[in-house]
Amino acid sequence: MSKQLNVALIGNPNTGKTSVFNQLTGLKQQVGNYPGITVEKKEGVCKLPRGVKAHILDLPGTYSLNASSLDENVVIELLLNKNDKDYPDVAVVVADVENLKRNLLLFTQIKDLNIPTILAINMADRMDRKAISLDIEKLEERLNTKIALVSSRKNTGFDKLKELIANYKNITTEPCVNASVIAPEYFERLRNAFPKQDLYKLWLVITQDVNFGKLDRNEMQSISTFKTESKSNLKRLQQKETIVRYQFINGVLKETLSIDHLAAKDLRSRLDRILTHKVWGYVIFFAILLLIFQAIYDWSSYPMDLIDESFAAMGEWVRNTMPPGAFTNLIAEGIIPGLGGIVIFIPQIAFLFLFISLLEESGYMSRVVFLMDRIMRRFGLSGKSVVPLVSGTACAIPAIMATRNIENWKERLITILVTPFTTCSARLPVYLIIISLVIPDERVLYIFNLQSLVLMLLYLIGFGTAVLSAWILDRILKIKSRSFFVIEMPNYKLPLFKNVAYNVIEKTKSFVVGAGKIILAISIVLWVLASNGPGDQFDNAEENSIARMEAGEFPESELDKHIASQKLEYSYIGYMGKAIEPVVQPLGYDWKIGIAIVSSFAAREVFVGTLATIYSVGSEEEETIKNRMAGEVNPILGGPLFNLASGISLLLFYAFAMQCMSTLAIVKRETNTWKWPILQLVVMSGFAYVVALVAYQLII
Amino acid sequence: MTTSLNLLKRGEKAIIVSFELDNVPLKLLEMGCLPGNEVELVQIAPFKDPMYLNINGSHLAIRRETASFITVEKLSHE
Repeated sequence: MSKQLNVALIGNPNTGKTSVFNQLTGLKQQVGNYPGITVEKKEGVCKLPRGVKAHILDLPGTYSLNASSLDENVVIELLLNKNDKDYPDVAVVVADVENLKRNLLLFTQIKDLNIPTILAINMADRMDRKAISLDIEKLEERLNTKIALVSSRKNTGFDKLKELIANYKNITTEPCVNASVIAPEYFERLRNAFPKQDLYKLWLVITQDVNFGKLDRNEMQSISTFKTESKSNLKRLQQKETIVRYQFINGVLKETLSIDHLAAKDLRSRLDRILTHKVWGYVIFFAILLLIFQAIYDWSSYPMDLIDESFAAMGEWVRNTMPPGAFTNLIAEGIIPGLGGIVIFIPQIAFLFLFISLLEESGYMSRVVFLMDRIMRRFGLSGKSVVPLVSGTACAIPAIMATRNIENWKERLITILVTPFTTCSARLPVYLIIISLVIPDERVLYIFNLQSLVLMLLYLIGFGTAVLSAWILDRILKIKSRSFFVIEMPNYKLPLFKNVAYNVIEKTKSFVVGAGKIILAISIVLWVLASNGPGDQFDNAEENSIARMEAGEFPESELDKHIASQKLEYSYIGYMGKAIEPVVQPLGYDWKIGIAIVSSFAAREVFVGTLATIYSVGSEEEETIKNRMAGEVNPILGGPLFNLASGISLLLFYAFAMQCMSTLAIVKRETNTWKWPILQLVVMSGFAYVVALVAYQLII
Repeated sequence: MTTSLNLLKRGEKAIIVSFELDNVPLKLLEMGCLPGNEVELVQIAPFKDPMYLNINGSHLAIRRETASFITVEKLSHE
């Protein structure tokens, strides 16, 4: 088999690079991380003409090779390191036909690295409507490249693009702009010092703060002598470089591109007028949020009930079909209810990711950033904090990574610290089940479901706490940093079904698999702990119960239940639960909930699965999770264990507590110190405890 | 008439004359904010900040503070 062709997809954000990637690779793609950092790495395989296979790498979107974030660093680190296994044989720069001028800036930089570069001009379907015409042949000649006009919306031009990739060897690597004209003398000195190295690469090494594997130590030392130029001097040169490139691009486009500007004024300005309006803008934003919560709560309840019942039936089927014994019990009482506790939430999580990816894809998210910046700044945040705070409703981990494009360090740090307050999808399982147990299913004003209103309220509490603590942090933290803020306002686009679908599937899958692994492990551990006990009380639970029944303490019909609950009480987990009971009792919880809370410190969504496993060991009949919880009785006060007071207390505890090890790990990685994650853990969880305590004591 | 970018009104167009390099991010230059290019103030956010610009065909938003470091020559009304 011949060696696979390495192709790197490079482009500005909002050029439809990901949809080009989706068209090229279809479902043969995988998403991982770059080693050591949390930047998403998307790669896939594409079949080219004549049986050649290409490995396609979708690099993070970047405006230029002057990196200003971790994501952008990935791009230049790869392009400067010939020894990297992903180093491209050919680069495909994706450009948007409506923003050619700006997109070509990056193209000329890539070209200067002597990598064969193909230009894929995307959104070709818009050319007619916008009265854009392009002289492709001339453009190819001036840019020393081959061009494919593609439309990922209409799926056209991709055969040509694949053909070009397969024949990449025909493309000249000659650069189109000579960067050294910006400071001839300086570059001359560079050339003399490093006769073997490529000048533009050296220039990038000097101006960027990134790791370059391929330069040896000697070279690195002499390179540092060229860094002695002052920072602002270097920036002046970078400005000059940018000007030189734009001069070249303007010259080229003058000969090859014509746009009828009158035709170009359109939808954008009309939509902008409404969506960024000082009243309607906010009304629409909140209406969209309301719609999202309605969908998550109301619409997804049907598939959820179905899943809940199926898992109950599956557990029963296993118990009746497989030979009785410890292994069957483990599956029927440990694994199936534990997994059921996570699978049940797939509908909601899919809905959430669906909405978030629709907002991103359509270009609406940038308008929200624009609308909210001034308001957020009052709280020490940036308009760009809205994106992490909104996507934090899915999961705090990608949300914290999304803070990378906040330019100001203080605003970014505050955003990272407060994002875990937003209601992530892992809290949903807990909220949903508790709400359905303690809040009546009624309509308010004939339209709104009381339960979904409570859910919305919880989301608002999350946002509110996030913003309020940001305001406090803004006052406490003494960090000086410059507030640069630049955001592109992309064209409005009808989201592509394929992109949205891939995104929803990918994100939901990784959530379920990631959480599923933890839950499976915890379910097994819990089941073992709950099915075994250290002393005579556990071993003799059966005889003791029979003796008590014979003494007339309870009728024979309740014997099984008594044996089971005796066993659970004297199991390992029973002893552990009893040990923490004094801590959780003032909040209205019993020891079983206490265990569920402790295991939720691994990840919140474990809560429901844990309770399901514990209850399942404690009873013989097969039941849905919800019915089991509804049947629990408060051991001290009598009455249902999950009542209004303990329910509200639990909801508030989960709203505030920092119970996610993965988030703590990400915060450590993004802030480079344990100080901030530890602060989050202690402050958030302490606050949660106090609030839950006060709430319970007030309501009871 | 020269003025600074933050003083433009909605719908007004101008030509960029110069800026204080240390107070303007490189990214903004790369998006087309360079001397000689045309800039249009498309929209101002509620509470007067940030500003939504069309610079040389690129649509982007920056804060009023950054805009105050950019000097422009206003174009007469069209």
